[in-house]
Amino acid sequence: MKTQLRTTPSATVGPYLAIGLTWEDGPFVVAPDADGAIWIRGTVFDGNGDVVPDAMVETWQADPDGRFDHPDDPRGPVAYPGFRGFGRSQTVDGGEYAVCTLKPGRVPDGDGGLQAPHLDVSVFMRGILDRVVTRIYFADEAAANAEDAVLRSLPDDAARETLIATPTDDGYRLDIRLQGDRETVFFAV
Amino acid sequence: MSRTTSGSRLHLPRYLREEDKFRTPVGYADYRSTGLRAPLHAPVDLPHRLTEITGPLLGEGRVTPADADLTRQHDGEPQGQRIIVHGRVLDSDGKPVPHTLVEIWQANAGGRYRHVVDNWPSPLDPNFTGLGRCLTDDRGRYEFTTIKPGAYPWGNHHNAWRPAHIHFSLFGTAFTQRLVTQMYFPDDPLFFQDPIFNAIPEAARPLAISRFDYERTVDNWALAFRWDIVLRGKDQTPFETEDDGDVA
Repeated sequence: MKTQLRTTPSATVGPYLAIGLTWEDGPFVVAPDADGAIWIRGTVFDGNGDVVPDAMVETWQADPDGRFDHPDDPRGPVAYPGFRGFGRSQTVDGGEYAVCTLKPGRVPDGDGGLQAPHLDVSVFMRGILDRVVTRIYFADEAAANAEDAVLRSLPDDAARETLIATPTDDGYRLDIRLQGDRETVFFAV
Repeated sequence: MSRTTSGSRLHLPRYLREEDKFRTPVGYADYRSTGLRAPLHAPVDLPHRLTEITGPLLGEGRVTPADADLTRQHDGEPQGQRIIVHGRVLDSDGKPVPHTLVEIWQANAGGRYRHVVDNWPSPLDPNFTGLGRCLTDDRGRYEFTTIKPGAYPWGNHHNAWRPAHIHFSLFGTAFTQRLVTQMYFPDDPLFFQDPIFNAIPEAARPLAISRFDYERTVDNWALAFRWDIVLRGKDQTPFETEDDGDVA
């Protein structure tokens, strides 16, 4: 009989996160001069529509082949040296988050199908006591998005739209809305 | 164009979700800042697929042993009570989480953060930054040397004071295990009026409080506090892993 320990309860990251969680290379999932490097940017808005200037956005994603450099990805080694999969950006300067990365490939859903290219996103800030989790998908992957089980599980196109980044000059853009008519879809993981 | 193939069915672990009565809610009315920031719609369940059961394995090259001693980051030593803060990072099955990054930040002994938005009338300490990092060892143990942070006032309500605390950030090995939290000190008289502490369901509050650890104090040098951190465990393990014989 295994003993199950209670998990440690979360707490807000608070207003002083920059002291502990700032990395110079945080936004760089890959080096900006890497082949295929793109920027994903966005603004975080609160319930008044005001820019949140003290949030931290973290991203986790597959490489362009849809693989993870991780022992629990059963498919073996990956082929993108220098690709960290993980990005961390704070919205201190003008309120935008920005990560420099490679566009992920499609990831198996484990049941014989494929998910659309996506990033998992954690958002932390003063005023929320646990992270909120969302995803970033890509507007130019319409066919893949149409068969993505997570997107299909959402009630309507308006909900799906909140997760779909639109192309820009140097990558993609997706704003995160904590509340309001276009509140971002957040996930329970 | 993706080169991925869907392949056959993958046998993926799932991570256990703590019962709501032991989890901190995202928003809490007495904590005023939640009003415009906590999402209002219920979150949608996200099944655990490859993106969720993997996560960044950070550390080597990002942390030096000196990063675990917050009292030696400047020419002189900081003011305050020198303490050792240590413990283990486990998953909810009691398995240690080895070689995982632990990041901490805190106020100085007078309760002041070295941050542009903290300007209450308590002095900065030129010998204290308040940033620490370490990796857990092969048995999931972490240890910091620091000074005990002070309490500080904030604007949440009249005469609001935060109990002394240290912020912790942990990754574990999967996106599902990510945790940002705060460690408190035993018997803090400020708990009763702190909405950030009281947002934690009562049954889980003891899990956020370190215990005084006399055995680990160092004679003529430092007091010690112990705090174990428990991340979510898997409810299904694809391959048996070695038991290191040191399960809590």
